[in-house]
Amino acid sequence: MHHDVPDHGGASPAPSAAHGHQPVVARHGGAPTRVALRIGIGGPVGSGKTALIAALCRTLAAELRLGVVTNDIYTTEDADFLKRHGVLPLDRIVAVETGGCPHTAIRDDIAANLDAVERLEAAEGPLDVVLVESGGDNLTAIFSSALVDVQIFVVDVAGGDKVPRKGGPGVTRSDLLVINKVDLAEHVGADLAVMEGDARRVRGPRPVITQSLRMQPSAPDVAEWVRAQHETWRGRGG
Amino acid sequence: MIATVATVALLALADGRFPSGGHAHSGGVEAAVTDGRVTGIDDLHAYLAGRLHTTGLVDACIAAATAALLVDTTSSRTEGVTSIVEEAEARCASPTLRLVNRNLGRQLLRTAAVIWPDDPLLAQVIAVEPDLPLAVAQGVVGHVAGLDAAGVAAVVAYQCVTGPATAAVRLLGLDPRSVHGLVILLASDIDAIVGTATIASIGDLAALPGPSSTLVELAAERHARAEARLFAS
Repeated sequence: MHHDVPDHGGASPAPSAAHGHQPVVARHGGAPTRVALRIGIGGPVGSGKTALIAALCRTLAAELRLGVVTNDIYTTEDADFLKRHGVLPLDRIVAVETGGCPHTAIRDDIAANLDAVERLEAAEGPLDVVLVESGGDNLTAIFSSALVDVQIFVVDVAGGDKVPRKGGPGVTRSDLLVINKVDLAEHVGADLAVMEGDARRVRGPRPVITQSLRMQPSAPDVAEWVRAQHETWRGRGG
Repeated sequence: MIATVATVALLALADGRFPSGGHAHSGGVEAAVTDGRVTGIDDLHAYLAGRLHTTGLVDACIAAATAALLVDTTSSRTEGVTSIVEEAEARCASPTLRLVNRNLGRQLLRTAAVIWPDDPLLAQVIAVEPDLPLAVAQGVVGHVAGLDAAGVAAVVAYQCVTGPATAAVRLLGLDPRSVHGLVILLASDIDAIVGTATIASIGDLAALPGPSSTLVELAAERHARAEARLFAS
């Protein structure tokens, strides 16, 4: 069996698109190089991570070679949802089990996720972008920079308009904060202006996108951000 | 000085937070909880003791034998590792658990490759066989970290208990203090396993002990097909 990331297009190990970290590159077994941009998507339970990934796959599948790694808490429901909706070929979607600790699997012990990403790229690659979905967690979750190159944190207005003010590394440090389900704001008494204002205050220059997949099922703004990240990644790599 | 380095290596490798993928596995305790065989602290004590004296003994012996073999530089060390892999697989009847062991072994080796990037033996072993069963990988990595056969056996036997013990706390909401009390209660058992493994490590590989826990292996097969589960195994 081989698990090395295939060498593709002469790309050299590229620094992170957003932070300038050196990505992890296997040092043994033929010096493989990193090809796909790895994007983490985290956020609380029910904030719309899986729906966002489905939307991104539908919008971007024609232009980018995509793969998805899901981290479910208790089942393979998220992977099954994506497979059922036919957003990608079935073999491009794999599930990782997290032992009930989703933040551990993306932050403290990334071995299983890294293994899944590298095996997915080896089997299905070359891919352009791999989306790694965290299991639904709380506001303290953040992806290790050794697992993903950039990360999106998804919160939703139904979770309460205090969430951005409460902060946490996902809200403050993620490369993109998505405030989801804005169509529900008036129904749940959430003040969207407060959420966005707090988010911009705690995040400084880091971008914030507000969206409603019900009103815009193609997630055009996030898809555009992903395109730009991939362009940056390719530019640094080649 | 050397003793301190080895102690730190032992503590680091035995730590449940060592990032090699183990946290997502329950050592069979989730299946036992689902089947009603482990319901509280007393059942858990019996389960941990049973696991230690079956799976724990086998894995400690395999890991210790691997470490002992790697000390001997007069014969081909990668060929020796291949022979031990056969012995390890022969002692695990469950295809699911053999696969789990291969996955966890691979993850441990990759973590080790980041920690010891310039170790030639580690690189050579990974190049020949990146998917070593966990106990063999633990022997290799323990050796690379500076542990002897007894040290490697101690890591394996200790983790054989602490992995499922921690999982039981998450699954049943047991008192974490009482559960760690069980680990201490089992210290003399762990000690005995380490002694046996250390002696067996320098003998004939085919004569390594092979007690199995059939119920755990059968439950592992069912668990792998369960619709909802918290732990991968």
